[in-house]
Amino acid sequence: MSSAAENSAGNGARYFTRFTPVQVVLHAVLVVTFLGLAATGLALRFSGAASSRALANLMGGFPALIFFHKFLAVALTVDFLYHVADIGYRAVVKKQLWLLWGPNSLVPNLNDIRGFFGQIRWFLFLGPKPQFDRYTYWEKLDYWGVFWGMAVIGISGYAMWYAPLFARLVPGSWLNVALLIHGEEALLAVSYIFVVHFFNEHLRPQNFPMDLTIFTGRQTEKELEERHPTEYARLVESGELQRLQAAAPPAWANNLSRVFGAVAIVIGIVLMILTVEAFLSQ
Amino acid sequence: MKLPIAACLFLALTAARVNAADDALCVACHDEKGSPVHASIHAPLGCTGCHSDIKGFPHPGQIAKVNCASCHADAAAALAASVHAKASPQLCEACHGGAHEIVAVKDPKSPVYPLNLPRTCGTCHGNKEFAQQHGIADVYSEYMDSIHGFALTKDGLLVAATCSSCHGSHDILAPSDSKSRVNRANIPSTCGTCHNGVEQQYQAGIHGQAFAAGNAGAPVCTSCHTAHQISGVRETAFQLKTSATCGDCHREKYGTYRDTFHAQVSALGYTETAHCWDCHGEHGILPASDPKSPVAQANLVETCSKCHMGASASFVTYSPHADARNGKDYPALHASALFMNLLLAGFLGFSALHTLLWFIRLRAEKSRAGRSKA
Repeated sequence: MSSAAENSAGNGARYFTRFTPVQVVLHAVLVVTFLGLAATGLALRFSGAASSRALANLMGGFPALIFFHKFLAVALTVDFLYHVADIGYRAVVKKQLWLLWGPNSLVPNLNDIRGFFGQIRWFLFLGPKPQFDRYTYWEKLDYWGVFWGMAVIGISGYAMWYAPLFARLVPGSWLNVALLIHGEEALLAVSYIFVVHFFNEHLRPQNFPMDLTIFTGRQTEKELEERHPTEYARLVESGELQRLQAAAPPAWANNLSRVFGAVAIVIGIVLMILTVEAFLSQ
Repeated sequence: MKLPIAACLFLALTAARVNAADDALCVACHDEKGSPVHASIHAPLGCTGCHSDIKGFPHPGQIAKVNCASCHADAAAALAASVHAKASPQLCEACHGGAHEIVAVKDPKSPVYPLNLPRTCGTCHGNKEFAQQHGIADVYSEYMDSIHGFALTKDGLLVAATCSSCHGSHDILAPSDSKSRVNRANIPSTCGTCHNGVEQQYQAGIHGQAFAAGNAGAPVCTSCHTAHQISGVRETAFQLKTSATCGDCHREKYGTYRDTFHAQVSALGYTETAHCWDCHGEHGILPASDPKSPVAQANLVETCSKCHMGASASFVTYSPHADARNGKDYPALHASALFMNLLLAGFLGFSALHTLLWFIRLRAEKSRAGRSKA
């Protein structure tokens, strides 16, 4: 038990909960479905590329490809709606209004703008490293980027899936727009996740090769203090820190997280390379 | 002297007895007992029916070359005017078999019996080296793998098109010759010999009308179906490549088709999607302005409904040839494309710069830390 803690983060490090088990599972489902949707979707978007044809053949042709695409789309929709319902339930029924506003909320506020400009000044050696609260501005950008992307890609995707029904609600010419934004927004999502998100959260030198927090749900005291100093100070002052303390993640959880994360990152980077290649040669 | 075939046969039959007696004389020296000459269609003519310069025994050592044209005058005249005229000194035998074994064209043993004809023509037109050497078409294997070849060899159909169905037999002319059956100007009528219904549809369609008007760019049967490699139109390979064939002429329309889901599905090797002909028809293609066209405004719901159950008047305002670069005809799509491009470039550009600055800053911090440690 103690050896697991030592293996993962030094001697007797204290761990604190950052994400609930539900959030960990929702992220894992998001990872799996996003990778699958990206692979099958990109094969359609760049259907002329040899790798697309190879993937389609490997899966058993276009019918299998589109089946998996739709299946994963439904799974991701459930994942998305579960998250929205979870937040809604906690905010409205359990009155956890801090989810909607304040330092623990993902809703952007003025501090994010200050944090952004502080970070840019720090990038340019013009100021000190800014102190972030529970969510940094780039974490919020990640979150809302994915939120926006899922809404846009999801709605346009379902519109094409049920095209005749969709055309009863709006002009059928919108289906032309639906395919365009489905593909373009997907390219944006893929590029953003496989380059920016991977770097920001996992591959950047401080976190390399990956940050396990989203997989185990827990971070060490050192990580909390370094990454979210304002939150840390707030939690220490209010005495809430104690309440968030958790057991060190067991060795299997760390190992599973590493394998899962590494596979996801490698698949993502391979898809990104294939996408750039297909994009440039189309 | 040229006699009609009927006259030859008449003479042959009436003279049979005499000839048979003559033949007995001939075989005294020329032992042809085991020879199939007896099975030849010309057997009743007797030896002297063809070797007509031999009047008695003994005959001179040097005898005249047999002249098939003395009976087969029409065939010989056609052959003399054909591309094969200078091909071989033994022209008749080259296709019909050795002189003493010649059987009727209708005899299944004849080299020019329909089931055997491709192999016979393939002797020259299926020999790559020989064909290259003489500058002739090497098309035997293409034909054998075509729907016509399979109809002949697999299905055993005598009505299947063989070489002579399209090219003629004795009167074969070079395709560049305007009188050739396979000259571009004659292809619809040549194919129409068998595919008459299709020819009628073709002639009623815009391609056939353009062809009749002398438009050199108008497609004929072979433009889409090829000549010797013709495959079944339900073959996957044919379906997957033929939209691009339409695109050889209809470049812009093919380009916008390729932007659609219909084309993406096809590009992945799956045929159950809309190809050009699924919406526009095949042989009798009509312009959208023609009320009989499946893509005429009034027929769109019915046409789209072939695949899209529940297609409505609103549904068919979808454009299968939308062009996002064309802001005049597709303002909403054009604006969406502009917005998405700006969003993509802006957001990714910003993110990339942010990431790059961050990376540089961290490297700098690391090297500074390294220096202070040292």
